[in-house]
Amino acid sequence: KILHKTDVVGFTCFGAEFRRFSLDRHKPGKFEDFYKLVVHTHHISNSDVTIGYADVHGDLLPINNDDNFCKAVSSANPLLRVFIQKREEAERGSLGAGSLCRRRRALGALRDEGPRRRAHLDIGLPRDFRPVSSIIDVDLVPETHRRVRLHRHGCEKPLGFYIRDGASVRVTPHGLEKVPGIFISRMVPGGLAESTGLLAVNDEVLEVNGIEVAGKTLDQVTDMMIANSHNLIVTVKPANQRNNVVRGGRALGSSGPPSDGTAGFVGPPAPRVLQNFHPDEAESDEDNDVVIEGTLEPRLLSSLRADPRHSLALPPGGVEEHGPAVTL
Amino acid sequence: MGKLRRRGARELGAWECLPPAALPSLQTVEHGFPNQPSALAFDPELRIMAIGTRSGAVKIYGAPGVEFTGLHRDAATVTQMHFLTGQGRLLSLLDDSSLHLWEIVHHNGCAHLEEALSFQLPSRPGFDGASAPLSLTRVTVVLLVAAGDIAALGTEGSSVFFLDVTTLTLLEGQTLAPGEVLRSVPDDYRCGKALGPVESLQGHLRDPTKILIGYSRGLLVIWNQASQCVDHIFLGNQQLESLCWGRDSSTVVSSHSDGSYAVWSVDAGSSPTLQPTVATTPYGPFPCKAINKILWRNCESGGHFIIFSGGMPRASYGDRHCVSVLRAETLVTLDFTSRIIDFFTVHSTRPEDEFDDPQALAVLLEEELVVLDLQTPGWPAVPAPYLAPLHSSAITCSAHVASVPAKLWARIVSAGEQQSPQPVSSALSWPITGGRNLAQEPSQRGLLLTGHEDGTVRFWDASGVALRPLYKLSTAGLFQTDCEHADSLAQAAEDDWPPFRKVGCFDPYSDDPRLGVQKVALCKYTAQMVVAGTAGQVLVLELSDVPVEQAVSVAIIDLLQDREGFTWKGHERLSPRTGPLPWPAGFQPRVLVQCLPPAAVTAVTLHTEWSLVAFGTSHGFGLFDYQRKSPVLARCTLHPNDSLAMEGPLSRVKSLKKSLRQSFRRIRKSRVSGKKRAANASSKLQEANAQLAEQACPHDVEMTPVQRRIEPRSADDSLSGVVRCLYFADTFLRDGAHHGPTMWAGTNSGSVFAYALEVPAAAVGGEKRPEQAVEAVLGKEVQLMHRAPVVAIAVLDGRGRPLPEPYEASRDLAQAPDMQGGHAVLIASEEQFKVFTLPKVSAKTKFKLTAHEGCRVRKVALATFASVACEDYAETCLACLTNLGDVHVFSVPGLRPQVHYSCIRKEDISGIASCVFTRHGQGFYLISPSEFERFSLSARNITEPLCSLDINWPRDATQASYRIRESPKLSQANGTPSILLAPQSLDGSPDPAHSKGPDTPEPPEAALSPMSIDSATSADTTLDTTGDVTVEDVKDFLGSSEESEKNLRNLAEDEAHACAILIK
Repeated sequence: KILHKTDVVGFTCFGAEFRRFSLDRHKPGKFEDFYKLVVHTHHISNSDVTIGYADVHGDLLPINNDDNFCKAVSSANPLLRVFIQKREEAERGSLGAGSLCRRRRALGALRDEGPRRRAHLDIGLPRDFRPVSSIIDVDLVPETHRRVRLHRHGCEKPLGFYIRDGASVRVTPHGLEKVPGIFISRMVPGGLAESTGLLAVNDEVLEVNGIEVAGKTLDQVTDMMIANSHNLIVTVKPANQRNNVVRGGRALGSSGPPSDGTAGFVGPPAPRVLQNFHPDEAESDEDNDVVIEGTLEPRLLSSLRADPRHSLALPPGGVEEHGPAVTL
Repeated sequence: MGKLRRRGARELGAWECLPPAALPSLQTVEHGFPNQPSALAFDPELRIMAIGTRSGAVKIYGAPGVEFTGLHRDAATVTQMHFLTGQGRLLSLLDDSSLHLWEIVHHNGCAHLEEALSFQLPSRPGFDGASAPLSLTRVTVVLLVAAGDIAALGTEGSSVFFLDVTTLTLLEGQTLAPGEVLRSVPDDYRCGKALGPVESLQGHLRDPTKILIGYSRGLLVIWNQASQCVDHIFLGNQQLESLCWGRDSSTVVSSHSDGSYAVWSVDAGSSPTLQPTVATTPYGPFPCKAINKILWRNCESGGHFIIFSGGMPRASYGDRHCVSVLRAETLVTLDFTSRIIDFFTVHSTRPEDEFDDPQALAVLLEEELVVLDLQTPGWPAVPAPYLAPLHSSAITCSAHVASVPAKLWARIVSAGEQQSPQPVSSALSWPITGGRNLAQEPSQRGLLLTGHEDGTVRFWDASGVALRPLYKLSTAGLFQTDCEHADSLAQAAEDDWPPFRKVGCFDPYSDDPRLGVQKVALCKYTAQMVVAGTAGQVLVLELSDVPVEQAVSVAIIDLLQDREGFTWKGHERLSPRTGPLPWPAGFQPRVLVQCLPPAAVTAVTLHTEWSLVAFGTSHGFGLFDYQRKSPVLARCTLHPNDSLAMEGPLSRVKSLKKSLRQSFRRIRKSRVSGKKRAANASSKLQEANAQLAEQACPHDVEMTPVQRRIEPRSADDSLSGVVRCLYFADTFLRDGAHHGPTMWAGTNSGSVFAYALEVPAAAVGGEKRPEQAVEAVLGKEVQLMHRAPVVAIAVLDGRGRPLPEPYEASRDLAQAPDMQGGHAVLIASEEQFKVFTLPKVSAKTKFKLTAHEGCRVRKVALATFASVACEDYAETCLACLTNLGDVHVFSVPGLRPQVHYSCIRKEDISGIASCVFTRHGQGFYLISPSEFERFSLSARNITEPLCSLDINWPRDATQASYRIRESPKLSQANGTPSILLAPQSLDGSPDPAHSKGPDTPEPPEAALSPMSIDSATSADTTLDTTGDVTVEDVKDFLGSSEESEKNLRNLAEDEAHACAILIK
């Protein structure tokens, strides 16, 4: 087959079965023809499949009509990566391996396209959930306190809060006593801290990642928070004590929005209350951070490669070749 | 991991066996010149000298190595000090009018200075209750009456009180009230005016009953203490500043506020003397400033010395700090660079001698001590064996070289001697020789290098207690600077009256701030060193014993590479002088490398075996082969968003200082040209200077904004490209089988670059390697996830020990590193320490200091700690100074916390920034611009003054019950209250009437005892280290395919199955 100035399209199927062929960028044709071509090349004409492609941002988008087929072909430069999944699998979402939000979005888009034949509710595996900022350790922390875990997964939002020195009133055997404390002084509008609604101005900070801040200076607490910023767990004493979680006999993992009577959150959409959060998960989450963000590494690579002085020998089996896609 | 922990446990054995109490406490000793001295005293019999400071410290110096330090409990200024001659006791007066008696006492054969008694004048009767005898106002002068048992106190209210020194109790009934004196004064003199404060009290050398009293108004009285009557009266009318009694007691010299002095003759007659025999204004006829102190000393050879301070013509030289020495027709105006605190002469004090015969004049200035030999014609200065003004130009960096080989030591000493030849003519050696130094000869020679703002590097003998200057290296001669300072000095000499003579070496004003030394490194085996400066200059020097004239080869390295869009707005690079230049014996420059843009050098390292020098600035780093004189590598570390780095933010900060410096230079020029200028110009400047200095000391914590933003560090933080550390190592970077030269660089944003170097191997036996180019290939790049600045990098060998310095292994000076076991690299960032395996970089152990303690790492060093119990057992630990001033010690490579001390006040930012660790567990930091404090983390390697003093004073047993004991010498003498040890009372509780402090001593605020870390937490932290291994982003560029594949799999494990649907 002679390739002229057309687009090259690669296929992937289950396992590692790849096909390649070419399309004319300017005359891609109809989706129906393309669908036929695909099932024909893969010899899967007897099964029902969904077709998707990776757009320039790496998102998996569906191809299910002429318009998005056209768009897919025109946006390919020159490689068009096409993914085929059996419809059942696509709907069950079992291929979703990571927990990246983008990926989930893509899957959702794929699912939308399919006919809503199945009525039963499919609940994905836990790894499909993106960890969100949440209240944790409800059963360990006193009711008047709140332990908040701030997740910055992939989002480019700043953490977005400020802390200050202040005086806190404690009840002691000798009566009320003023002791120095650390307080949240300001929220950055649109920041993560504000958008979760779990922290508020004038909340007193009691612990940072399990270490008490009593006796520490503002600068020390600042440094501790920044050092833990990738997985920041702060225990606060909310200034507004009316929204405290009331401990009940609720089953572990009950995740529905609590009714206002028991543990209502006023204001922004109430996040889930995850009880008995296991520390191991915290650790593994921290590990995932770099992999998920992934912005660092390709950029660094490219910047290095741009500099001819370093005479870099790119390692065989580098990131690019690691994927299962093969270009034609 | 299990294996690792086991190994860790074995290594830690010695530390863990010790109970926490047996761990060493932090021993400290000060070096240098006391900051802000305020008082001076000399004991002519014991030949010891005391200096008091504005922070309440008392330091006594004798022969080199003889030092005693004490600290008043209140950080008040010591205004006066008087030795009880020959007794080793000292009476000090603070500006809160309290008197303190200090004693030198012997414990276990060593002498220490301890405060024995204190006495506070009850100032207001209404306040202190009925027990107060009289209304006593502020004490202005103190005189110890010759017998030494009684002290006379002159007060502002013209009264003179008498005090029993042994108990510090007021002798009631002996008080001399002004009314008593006024009775013998003629009516026309009295005319209703007060006498004013007592300005001077002088004792008669031979007749202890006679006291000369001078009142501020000008009245002089000779008071007979025995008969309680006025012997003689001099009706002076000029405001009095000071008095001096001639040796034969027939003359009295008084100095006055109008710049004049008068000589009065004491005749037996009882009628008041109306006129002085001589009254002169030495620098008249125009108005002069006051003569603050005057001394009159006669000589056997005839004539006498008149030595006085001040008295300069107000308009033209009112801002100069001068001491005038007049003998017969010879007048010398000693022109000092800082304020005069006090001065004394070393002369005969035996009453039977007929003449004073002064040998030496010692002048204490605000910034240095100058001693002149008065017996040698020309009165040359005597070089001081200690009390060196470290800050004669501001210290900008320091480095310590331990165990200097004897050969290099001798060469440096001889270079220093050639530089400043000892005055052969001077018969007089250092006149302050009291006491005996009991310290053993140091087992090894330690060299402290200080880099200064004026481009000099000073070499100090840091082996013992006395920090002795050895050699001074100046790099300024290599460059053309905009201010040719030498010319103006030459002009100054032309002005022949007053006969000024520049004395002292304190000169804080650098001609060109770009000359400032930023980093220094010295190889003790090859005597090669590298000095890097503010304008990106990197100078490689070599020690030579003969002067030469040679040209220095210059290379320019562009660290920006091909980056565009940046403009450097900072200073220009220094232009080197071309052509052959004469270089005296000593360190002579070989190669000059100039970085472009000329930002200050932030890191430098030298490898003499490979003839390589690496240097980094805020823009990148470079590698230079100084044997072939060719650049090997330049790498830009700038982040594209970091515009601040380009503009030279440091230059902006320095602009105020710079402008001040320039204006000072202008003033200097105008002074030289002889123009008269407004007298207050310089005082204003000094005020501004003082304010600037005040601002520099960080005591205003409340002033800082009380809000802190919580945001993770991001890649585009400003100054993220600053190169923080550079390191050479012979280790495994490519694969586990072949080791070779590597270079490591760490930046402010947590990036570590590792280069594999191709250094042509030297021929067998040959010193120099063949003339082939050195090549550098980027091997690995690690991005610490937390992005904190990388403070230090070190490679550990198979046994977990740091690699030896260049030449140490090849010359059998150190144990060869273990090349069999797997190497590891220790990367210390501001927030955590991590040990990574090599050649595959994966995290092995870590300790998250900031996350646990809330403190950040400022300085780290690997130090060898020798065991006290076992002679030859030593282990390597990581010593770390935090931004809170604490020193933590961690095991290596287990990174388990061992012990920590609070060492520096956390407000003392400059102290923390100046800290430098030695190889043997000691550290130096600046406690003031002029003083280094040395602390010892190691129990074996302690530097402290050990000395004794022969005191002929019968100690009274009853005294003991009065004494408040203070622990010998643990407190920091510059008046750091937080580290002050609380005094312990002896069995007899201190008499409340005599001791100022509370009866029950408060527990110390911050004891210097080590805080042991309980095992539970340390176990936790070790467990913690197992957790994340892939946090860091490691890139492998040259490893074998297998290696790199593993590496990549390591980091992209989670990504692998993601790729099934998502192809990158």
